[in-house]
Amino acid sequence: MANLIEVKNLKKYFKTNRGLLHAVDDVSFSIEKGKTLGVVGESGCGKSTLGRTVIHLHEKTSGEIWFEGKDISDVNKQQLKDLREDMQMIFQDPFSSLNPRMSVSQLIAEPLLIYKKCGSRQELEERVTKLMDTVGLAQRLYNSYPHELDGGRRQRIGIARALALEPKFIVCDEPVSALDVSIQAQIINLMQDLQEEHQLTYMFITHDMSVVRHISDDIMVMYLGMMVEFCDSEEIFHNRFHPYTKALLDAVPIPTVKAKKERRLIKGEITSPINPGNECRFAKRCPYADEACFASTPAAEEVCPGHFVACHHVREINNLK
Amino acid sequence: MGKDKKETSAIRGKKKSQFRNIMRRFMKNQTAVFGLVVIVVLLIFALFPAQLSNPDYTIQDLANRYAGPSAQHFLGTDELGRDMYTRIVWGCRTSLAIGLASVGIACAIGVTLGTLAGYFGGILDNVLMRIVDVLMAVPNLLLGISIVAALGNSISVLIFAIALGNIAAFARVTRSSVITVRDTEYVEAARATGASDGRIMWKYVLPNALAPIIVQVTTSLAGNILNISGLSFVGLGVPAPTPEWGSMLSNARSIMRDYPLQIVFPGIAIMLTVFAFNLFGDGLRDALDPRLKN
Amino acid sequence: MSKILEIKDLTIHYVTDDEVVKAVNDISITLEEGESLGLVGETGAGKTTTAMGILGLVPNPPGKIIGGEVIYKGKNLLKLSEAEMRKIRGHEISMIFQDPMTALNPVLTVGDQIMEVIRLHQKVSKAEAMKRAMDMMEMVGIEGGRCNEYPHQFSGGMKQRIVIAIALACNPSLLIADEPTTALDVTIQAQVLDLIDNLKKKFNTSLLLITHDLGVVAEVCDKVAIVYAGRIVEYGNLESIYNNPKHPYTNGLFGSIPDFSKKAHRLNPIRGLMPDPSNLPEGCAFAERCPNATDECRKRQPPVVEVEPGHSVRCLMFEKEGR
Repeated sequence: MANLIEVKNLKKYFKTNRGLLHAVDDVSFSIEKGKTLGVVGESGCGKSTLGRTVIHLHEKTSGEIWFEGKDISDVNKQQLKDLREDMQMIFQDPFSSLNPRMSVSQLIAEPLLIYKKCGSRQELEERVTKLMDTVGLAQRLYNSYPHELDGGRRQRIGIARALALEPKFIVCDEPVSALDVSIQAQIINLMQDLQEEHQLTYMFITHDMSVVRHISDDIMVMYLGMMVEFCDSEEIFHNRFHPYTKALLDAVPIPTVKAKKERRLIKGEITSPINPGNECRFAKRCPYADEACFASTPAAEEVCPGHFVACHHVREINNLK
Repeated sequence: MGKDKKETSAIRGKKKSQFRNIMRRFMKNQTAVFGLVVIVVLLIFALFPAQLSNPDYTIQDLANRYAGPSAQHFLGTDELGRDMYTRIVWGCRTSLAIGLASVGIACAIGVTLGTLAGYFGGILDNVLMRIVDVLMAVPNLLLGISIVAALGNSISVLIFAIALGNIAAFARVTRSSVITVRDTEYVEAARATGASDGRIMWKYVLPNALAPIIVQVTTSLAGNILNISGLSFVGLGVPAPTPEWGSMLSNARSIMRDYPLQIVFPGIAIMLTVFAFNLFGDGLRDALDPRLKN
Repeated sequence: MSKILEIKDLTIHYVTDDEVVKAVNDISITLEEGESLGLVGETGAGKTTTAMGILGLVPNPPGKIIGGEVIYKGKNLLKLSEAEMRKIRGHEISMIFQDPMTALNPVLTVGDQIMEVIRLHQKVSKAEAMKRAMDMMEMVGIEGGRCNEYPHQFSGGMKQRIVIAIALACNPSLLIADEPTTALDVTIQAQVLDLIDNLKKKFNTSLLLITHDLGVVAEVCDKVAIVYAGRIVEYGNLESIYNNPKHPYTNGLFGSIPDFSKKAHRLNPIRGLMPDPSNLPEGCAFAERCPNATDECRKRQPPVVEVEPGHSVRCLMFEKEGR
């Protein structure tokens, strides 16, 4: 199947008082139509910035973004507005991403009004009602305000808003992280159903390994603005090659009683990617690091078909050819 | 169809119109309602002074200067023997008109500047805010004096002079409030939906940045009514013989030791007005926020 | 082993003019010395209120302790005066809060903050307290030399370590940790959990861990209490609950978590939402969401049934099975 979105060497730097912050550094990936790319990493790894840069909420520093075979790296205001119809976003925090002064119906109607999708008031009302049904919001909430609702329902509003324009691509930035597990599962199921029904393509950003495995077709692991590993979501849970990916997955607490597993804890904490040198960004925390790692930034290489790893020592560590 | 509508509204819960919602929340706040009642009374006085007091506020009774309250002049008389009650009622019109008009103008200009500066930031913010700094550096009274001195003292010049001194405060308050709202996630969400800057400012930023602006309106209103008296004191206020509370107050200043009532009645009038607008403003601020419980 | 904490039928309501929020209803748990108990539940289940109740920190008004006992080493804490409670708080029972960013005072150095607790509860010289503070920092894995730095100079994980150092400074016998790792990244969470686990063993401290994460509980706890709408619906040791969950809510929780070890096509969430704690139903609070609910469930509060030794469930389905 054709790639819906293709990103090549995308960079996003922020100027800060302490220097240039490399939030996203030379990231490339593509997502096929109707598939989900899971982007995982810890806070500060640039995954949210990546998502926002792809849909032009942040202006990129350099790189290319292709959408449905068209180069959309540089667009003007009108092109951007047209593009936004096809690319939407679901936000992390359903408590802060909804305007507290608008009612549920107003919130959902907003994108339809902006794009003048409905000729009459009645048509608008019908569309809003239908969207509410689609995401499982009861009609009695039509005139409620977001502060009257719980997190799950608010996130349903967020999803309805994102769906209103019938987009092709949705960036989901930690859409279930703020929710309780039982509600989280409801929302994940809803998102999967919608994906099947509307042939949606998701870029699903999260720090939750269990969720990402459940929903993704491909997974990209990021560390300090760079991609460290990219492969099929099944593959990564059986064969993970990058030392960071290993540590990350080992650290996930699993809700089963077993003999306490031996964990390879990594020391130290994530630093901030301000003025990074020409070295592997994980080197300072990596148990396998040597001079080579501090001498140059490793490029991603295809270790086996469809499985990319950016590590100088990937072959030695994993006994690969 | 009609029946249909009834049914949907039954399911959806009453379509609460914004205005009725706000009214309901406002009415629950007793102190704010008190403020509103006082304001309504003041407005009635301001609209119908002739009916509610003597139609002529210039009648002098030089034999009866500085009289205390009596059956004939139940708030007494002033230094020219004019009836104090009549002058306070007529003064209500002048004071409220100047106060409201100057605040309205200052608010409109200041909020616009502050919103643009806060929302867009960058060079625009710098330029606008430096202009505001210049305005702020000039003391209000001095600014008023120079404008009135240059353009002559009519009521409209007075309003303009006082408004000009208030713009800076509105711009600053609005800007800082807008900056905090600008960076919220729902504004980003609106941008991701494709909303234009104008729409974001109007529907997202301003409604959520309103609270400190409303407080500023009420404090400015109070300050402006007092400001007029400052200008009156240096003889640049409301031209005589138009009654105005501030000038009544400053006229009485020299003789307040001997005739304290001369200062008490206009003082009470100003205080009550300021107080009422403050209560009303606080109530309005709370009522406009749907997050507060109905 | 001796019982260190026993909570019996603790009930805490928040009473306002308009409504009564039944936050905690008849909660009973026991904690032995050196043991750790996980209190698991969703937002608004009453976990934090329970912890506040133990420490006597429920804001009053509107909070009201309606009934029950909190027996700590033979003393009923609910009967103690505020002055007596102050001696216990931070000294014998201490608490770790969820957000390390806000739990530390930004204008005091971390060394001073650890020292403060020590000097508040023990009569030691300033120099001695400072030395102890530096030892505590070393113990949680931060160089003692950094004691003159301010909280903002530390990263999130480091701050949480300092919060832990403060909590353990007086060597308490009971540590209450309210979502101690929720604000942290997984790799840091693993470090902090490891630290808590090690220190707990070293000092034989009992731990009451409040969390929504069943994975975290599996890592550190011996016993588990599943809380729903202010009631413990299932209570027992870790193995029996994780390997043999009985209550439909517990089953629902496990079904909601995407399985890490294999990929399922769909999750099995619990339908519906938790009831409003100001408007709890007469019968079982979970009945509305329960796949097995009967009319009886809606009418009658289910009793606590012991389904196997040390494993009790509050559900009518098991009433006949129980002893």
